[in-house]
Amino acid sequence: MGQPILQTTDLTIGYHTRSNQSKTIAGPLNLSLYPGEMICVLGPNGCGKSTLLRTVAGLQNPVSGTVRLSEKNMAQLKPEELARQISLVLTDNVRNGNLDVYTVIALGRYPYSGWLGILSGADKAAIAHAVQVTGTSDFLSRKIDSLSDGECQKVMLARAMAQDTPLIILDEPTAHLDLPSRIQLMRLLHKLAKENHKAILISTHELDLALQVADQIWLMDSTGHLAAGLPEELVLDGSFQRAFDKDGISFDTATGTFPVHDTGKETLTLRAEGAAAFWTRKALTRKGYVVSMDDQLQSNVVTIVETRGITQWTIEKQGQKKSFNSLSEFLAAL
Amino acid sequence: MLTLFVTAFLLDVALGSVHIPVKEVVRILFTTDAGNESWIYIIEKIRLPKALTAIIVGCGLSVSGLQMQTLFRNPLAGPSVLGITAGASLGVALVMFSLGSLTSLYTIRELGISGSWLVIIASSSGAALIMLVIVTISSSLKDNVIVLIVGVMIGNITLSLISIWQYFSSPELIKDYLIWTFGSLGGVTGNQLFLLTVVVTAGLLISFFSSKMLDALLLGDNYARSMGLTVKRARLFIVISTSILAGGITAFCGPIGFIGIAVPHLARALFNTSSHRILIPACCLVGTVLMLVCDIVAQLPGSQTVLPINVITALIGSPVVIWIIAGPRKLRGF
Repeated sequence: MGQPILQTTDLTIGYHTRSNQSKTIAGPLNLSLYPGEMICVLGPNGCGKSTLLRTVAGLQNPVSGTVRLSEKNMAQLKPEELARQISLVLTDNVRNGNLDVYTVIALGRYPYSGWLGILSGADKAAIAHAVQVTGTSDFLSRKIDSLSDGECQKVMLARAMAQDTPLIILDEPTAHLDLPSRIQLMRLLHKLAKENHKAILISTHELDLALQVADQIWLMDSTGHLAAGLPEELVLDGSFQRAFDKDGISFDTATGTFPVHDTGKETLTLRAEGAAAFWTRKALTRKGYVVSMDDQLQSNVVTIVETRGITQWTIEKQGQKKSFNSLSEFLAAL
Repeated sequence: MLTLFVTAFLLDVALGSVHIPVKEVVRILFTTDAGNESWIYIIEKIRLPKALTAIIVGCGLSVSGLQMQTLFRNPLAGPSVLGITAGASLGVALVMFSLGSLTSLYTIRELGISGSWLVIIASSSGAALIMLVIVTISSSLKDNVIVLIVGVMIGNITLSLISIWQYFSSPELIKDYLIWTFGSLGGVTGNQLFLLTVVVTAGLLISFFSSKMLDALLLGDNYARSMGLTVKRARLFIVISTSILAGGITAFCGPIGFIGIAVPHLARALFNTSSHRILIPACCLVGTVLMLVCDIVAQLPGSQTVLPINVITALIGSPVVIWIIAGPRKLRGF
């Protein structure tokens, strides 16, 4: 895998209080991040995700331990050297009446341009490349405050790309975005990691998307414990269950989700396949049924049959069979 | 814009209580040809210094306002709004008080060149003090409106300190002080004008050299830091140049309001940019023209009366501020 871009050694994160004491949030952490890898930091609110990102981004000092960037100790890097290693996309508000999109992206060249900030040919090429890979060319001449949240996030990502650093850190980039924009952004980040060989570190609450795109997940819980590993590993070894352990909420290993609905009213046996089975199961779960796929059970059997484009739901209850032509009729009759 | 500047400059020199034809003005300004002796005297000793002062004041206050708006990321920041000129007034008042004299332009003049330096230093230090207090407060407060209110309150505290001192002064001193607070472009001549030019030029140069830093600060402290800017050092530069500009001008011309807050917005709207490399010269140009126009209006062409300059700047500046708050959205940025 080569040399890690980011490596932490016995890093403890936290903040310094006024009386020269420090409050530790998490650690010691020994983490590494390689080029081409996309890592999602997950965890409940207030567990220290932002503190971790701020610390590895150099915005905040660690309580103890070291952060190494391409083998160099971060504490010894000058601000302008650090700016060539890490670029950030933050939750800070950048909506500012007179800033146009091109200017914002061009600010990414700050660490490279001269004392007056005049852009060279190389700077302009880097900006053009950043615009191209992020697909922001359509709104270059618009003002930043006229953009939607999703567009704005893309522009900030383009700015980070223009900064041309091996590592990009994004703090909750999908917050405030609608679902299509969230998926678009995650897909874009994944693409940048794979095609442009960037190391990408993001914090997010999008469990579902993170499980799909992350090469690794750093899962933090509210006690300051951090579990790092493949998304699937963390699901299987029960880490998700522990990290989000709150009253009445449990992680469903079978579906990879946190079910919203309490289950346990009555058990139904579903004998069906494909999309119809999947969505019927969802609807039944919402109604509070436990849905079993067990072939052995004979009572309360639901079957779905599709003939000539017409789907029919049939339930067999205490020897009686009833059929319905739509899911809503079926649910209403239960 | 440049033609506007030349026209305004010539008109400002030409108009006044004594009528002098524009043709004569040009002749006196650009040739050594002796014409009407008294006209030459009026132009060289009164009107030219006044017009030059107007230019200096226009440049200095506008640029200090621009820097403050960027530093505080607040469209309503300006030297007079956040109490910077009040701080400068306090500095001036302190010098006068400790010298057992009165704070008026006339006394400053009597103090000679060393006295002028003393007043400039006191005034700039007063401005810097308030500036530092507000910067410290604003870094812990994220809310723009609160910072604004705090700034206004600190300005009030400063003014009340001056009022206490006034209360124990004789009526003549109070009258002189009041006249000083009306603001005046006249009366800055000879050595003082030279000194003011040097000080303001120095401030403008520092400011122009900081234009790249100011650009980075447009996205906020965290982004600026991530692009390699040492935020503390940048703040120091901005505080120093703003204090020199606002302090120096206030020392000689009194607290002139509204130019600092209004001109940056006009410059942004006219030049449609947020790059300080362009905005700083643009502010100088717009500020100069506006100040010259204010001065022309203040002389009430055709009459023998001259209104205090502050009355006119407020009359022209206030609508601009209202426009910023209530007007089209694109102006609400900073």
